[in-house]
This record gives sequence, structure tokens and C-alpha cells, in this order.
Amino acid sequence: MFTELNSILNTTPDSFTQGEFILLSDRQSDASFLIHHFLSLYLRARCKVCFLGLVQSFNHYSAIGQRLGVSLTQAKEKGQLVFLEGLKESLSVLIPQDTETGTRAMDFLRDPAVGLKSLYEFVRSGATSSGVGGREADGGEEWGPPVLLVDDLSVLLSLGVSAGAALDFSHYCRATVCSQLQGNVVMLARSDGRREEEEDGDDEGSERLLRGLTHQCSLTLQVQGLPTGFCRDIHGQKCAGGGDKAMNSTNRRNSFSTKSTTKEPPSLLPGHRALFSSFTFPAFPFGLLSLLHVTTDHHVSISPDNTSWVLSCQK
Amino acid sequence: MAAPVSTVGKPSAERLPLNTTSFQKKTRTKLISIPGTRPSVQNGQLLVSTGVTSLDYLLGGGLAVGTVLLVEEDRYDSYSRMILKYFLAEGVVCRHELFVASAQDNPDDILQELPAPILDDVAIHKPVEQPRLSCEPQDSLDAMKIAWRYQNLPKVQSALASSSRFGHYYDVSKTMEPEIRQAAKCHRFYLTEHPTQSPPTHSTMLESYSALLKSLQEVINSEGFDVAAPMSKSRNILRIGLPSLGSALWGDDLSCHDNPRNGHALATFFYGLRAMLRSSLAVAVVTVPSHLIQDRALMGNITRLCDNAIALESFKGSERETNPLYKDYHGLLHVRQVPHLNCLASKLPDHKDLAFKLKRKQFTIERFEDGL
Repeated sequence: MFTELNSILNTTPDSFTQGEFILLSDRQSDASFLIHHFLSLYLRARCKVCFLGLVQSFNHYSAIGQRLGVSLTQAKEKGQLVFLEGLKESLSVLIPQDTETGTRAMDFLRDPAVGLKSLYEFVRSGATSSGVGGREADGGEEWGPPVLLVDDLSVLLSLGVSAGAALDFSHYCRATVCSQLQGNVVMLARSDGRREEEEDGDDEGSERLLRGLTHQCSLTLQVQGLPTGFCRDIHGQKCAGGGDKAMNSTNRRNSFSTKSTTKEPPSLLPGHRALFSSFTFPAFPFGLLSLLHVTTDHHVSISPDNTSWVLSCQK
Repeated sequence: MAAPVSTVGKPSAERLPLNTTSFQKKTRTKLISIPGTRPSVQNGQLLVSTGVTSLDYLLGGGLAVGTVLLVEEDRYDSYSRMILKYFLAEGVVCRHELFVASAQDNPDDILQELPAPILDDVAIHKPVEQPRLSCEPQDSLDAMKIAWRYQNLPKVQSALASSSRFGHYYDVSKTMEPEIRQAAKCHRFYLTEHPTQSPPTHSTMLESYSALLKSLQEVINSEGFDVAAPMSKSRNILRIGLPSLGSALWGDDLSCHDNPRNGHALATFFYGLRAMLRSSLAVAVVTVPSHLIQDRALMGNITRLCDNAIALESFKGSERETNPLYKDYHGLLHVRQVPHLNCLASKLPDHKDLAFKLKRKQFTIERFEDGL
């Protein structure tokens, strides 16, 4: 959980707006660190989290979560976290076994034209089981509103699912989780973003998905690489208005410093070096984070429109 | 009666010969130590060498076990094939197991063309010979008087010692000697020899890709590369080399047509490959003729499904070959993607403007400086 990002979005584990659909998108960059941020935020907020991990294994999220201060294995055992390990489940579909094990969530791999209904069923059962779980175990814990996290949605397009089916899926999730259950949805959608090439409907999938999701969501966080490319020295950059970006203007340092969490993770896996170490590395920015407010049916005006921050990771 | 002192601190109940020490350092780490691997300094991942030391440096120390390296071929598939051969040769030297699948060349032919390693000594590893164990009684004549701490180390420096290094160098003008090559266990998948199966595929993947995935899984499960397998015997790494995947010989029309019928077959295969590698002690290097694939978005999808991705662009046959600016190099190398595994971000070397040159004893990759 990054405290600077929390202060920008005015969220804390204790208070955050419910019923939000947050879209994370990136262009030629990697926005997955935001997924880790939101995962640790909502786990700390004691929400019931349903996580669709379609591109990485559980151990990956668990290792990073440990460094951010949450234990995914514990959350899974207590029933707070429902995790779909997409990679593992897909193998049983792609290489047919004799015994049918696992959930049917990845069944769309068999025939993508069918759509994502089984995946949605998984989400619905994962998000709504909080009511039942309270009664099952003795001293069953009461969790907060359900949260759905998807990492990431655009891989479904690579696997043959149409953009329309993916948009239907996100709409159904939003209707169930945000409206019915007053929870939050966070989805990551990645794209190449090469708009200058002639598109004969080649990229219509991911761009169409992104446009559709942008319309559905209430908040967009967009990460993109620096226009001039990789740059070693950080310069704080704040620009108003989406258009002109003045490079190399040092007003103040707006960087996501991971130094804010100084305590070492409690059990360090052997061979790993702590992400937060005491010696300083030169900070390098790896992208631009833009906050775009799409719909204003919420009253909040969190910050001036279209401000951008330079991201860096100080080790 | 007091317990005898010698039994205190012994981890096992066995009694070893009296004239050797019975102290065994109790390993606290759960990291398995496999020859030819080392942990990454950034995030503790287990890394293997690609066989090209400069490529190892670019990828952050080496290839992480459980990941895929995608190499976009150059036009004549000469340098990408060379990188694949380096990768397999490194596997032979480190005594890893190999898996080669090909639709065009016979895997045996590929294996016969591996470059010869440059080892410090000429000793060839013979599988039957066991290294001398330290608990064998030493002769009094051989007893060292001054360097007595080194007495128990094996005296013969075999090829085992050189394989404990990470990353080796190869002489491309010579091929690997058959004795060294045959010491490594190799699994083959040759598409033309593979029996075509008539049952319908269960997904959008092509039959050929399904068969390859199934064959890979059989090898991983039967040879014990699965991470979940019991740790009874010593673990090893499986190196998977897949040259020219996605070419027309695999039955894929991705590289032939602008609007391929099975546009997602290759991407689904990469997804399945990623799933399989994440749960096994295996590494894969796949070369794809991306210059034949018209759909750039599809290549972008495939790149994102692989962890590491580089693209080679050779100067051969182009007007750049005679350009004095590029005379020191054979081509350009573009790094499309590097992974952030188990960590949020990693400190990686600068990836812009890289050029490569294949020398007899080294494949160098360096920053392209236009000398003015």
C-alpha cells in the first residue's frame, strides 16, 4: 500500500468510497504495481476480496504482498481472500485430464465464443459468500464490503474472447459488486497504445475494450512511459491540463517513495533482499501516473483535473 | 552417566568413520541448490544463464527459472538460432536436461551443431565416475601438513568444477564434442514424426501446439521437474528450446495471412506454456518469426504473455551492412520486455540502443555508440 497514492486519492483503509469501479490502464508500461497497492489496501480495510489472478501465480502476489505488509496465505485461510489462479486452472482445460478438478471459471478457454459466463459465476459466488461464511465457522469473521480485483482483463482478448464479451463481463461484475453489494471493482487493462499505425480493425479489440471500460468506470488511473523514454534522474513534475507536459521542471518531488514503510517484513524469505533497504539508489522514474475523472455523479472532487505525477521507486 | 560428547550436535544417527569430522552444517535456507543456477541479487529468484553473458546482464543477471524468453527472429534466423544454441549448450555444460521441439529441422541436427564450450581444463565429465567423498579415509602419505583444511576437498578437478561457474563461453568455430553432448539427457519433439491425433482439440489451440504442450507436461511430470513433486532426489532444471514457433510448418497461418483464422492459437499456447513453467523447474527460450506476422497487436499480446522478450535485427543483406556507422556490429538488439517477478520494480541496465556482434568466442551486446 503506498501512502502517497492514498493521500492523492483520499482513501485510507478505514474510509474509502464504496460502489466505485476503478480502471487501471497502461500504455507501453506496467501498471501492475497499482494492483498490489489496491490488494493490500482492501485487505487491510478488512474487505472481502475476490482476486482474479489471470497472469501471475499466487506466489508472486503473495511475495509482494508480504513486503507490503499483508499476508495473502493467511487471508485465504481465514476466508477473506478468494483467489482464482488462472494459470493453474487453465492447464486442466488446455491439456485435458481424465479427472475434472478445479473450478469451471477458465472454461472460456475451451470455446471463447461462448463468453465469460462461468468466470462471472465464480466472481458472484466469491463476492456473495460473505454472508454464508459468517455462520459457517465458529467465530466466523464479518468482513466488509466485497471487492473484485482483476489482473488483467486484456489477457482475455489474447485468448480469443471478444471485446464485447469482456465488456459484458465487466458490466455484470459492476452491477453485482458495485450496485447490489456496494463493493468496489478494480480492473487492469493493458494496451500497446500505438495509435499512429493504421488500424484496419487490428487493434480494435484492446482499444475498444479500453474505451468501453473508461465509459463504465468512475475513476481511471493511467500509467504511461515517459515521452522521452527511460530517464535516470528523477524530476518532480506536475502539469495541469492533460496536453502539455513540461519535462525537467522541478517544482516539488512527487514520487512514490517506498521508504514510507520502513519496517522490515516480519519473515523474510531466505535469499530475498528487502525491498526497502537502507542504502539509497538513484531513483529513476518509470512512468507517468495520470488521474482522470470520468464521471462526476460522485460529489467528490479529489484534486485538480488531469494532474500527472511522475512515478519513481526509491529502493 | 554423561552422554558422550561426540553425539551432541549430530544431525543424523549414523556413525561416520572416526578420523573425519562429523559436523554437518545445518542448512537454514530452503533454497534448493542446483548446479548452474544462482539466486538473483534483486529478488531472490533462481536464475540460470542463457549462455550469453551479456544477455544475462541485460535480463537482470540471468533467466529466472519458470519464465519464458521470447526471441523475435532476424530475417535469416541466423543469430536467433545462435542464441538458442548457446542456451542449449549452456544446459549441457551445467548438466541440465534439454527439451527441443522443432517442426522444420530434426532436433538431433540442432543438437549436433551446438558450439564447443571453452573450459579451463580438458577433463571430460564421465557420468560413472563419482567425485571423491570427503569421508573416505585419507592415506597418511597424502596427509597435508600445512594446508590441512583443504585435505578433504576432491583432488581431481573435473568438468564438474567448471560447471559451478555461472555463464560460460563458447567457441562457435567448433562444435561440441559428442562425449560431452551425450552426457546430457535430451528429450525431443519432432512434429513430422509425431503421430497426428484425430480427437478434436479442446480449445482454440492448434493440434500441433496441443500435442507439444502435452508432450512437455509428460516430460515435466515424469522426470520430476514439477515444483510440487517430493524432494526425494536431487533436482535439476529442464531447458526447453522451441525454434521457429508460429511458422507455417506448425500448421499456423499466423505468418501467412493478414487475417489468420486461428489468430489466438499461438497466444493460447504461450499462456499454457507460462502456466506450466510457473509450476516447474524449467526455463524456455522460444524463437518466433515475428517479421512474418503482420498483426502487430498480436505480437504485442504474445510479448506480454512472455516474461522476457528481445528482438534481433541483423544488418546482413541490408544497406546498413556497408554503412560505416555500423561496421563494428552485426545487428541491433531491442529489449521488448523484462519481468518484474516477485517485486514491484527492479533496477535494470539501460536498454536503449543496443547492438550485438557475434565473435568467435563471444556474443557481445553493447550500447551502440555512434562514434563521431
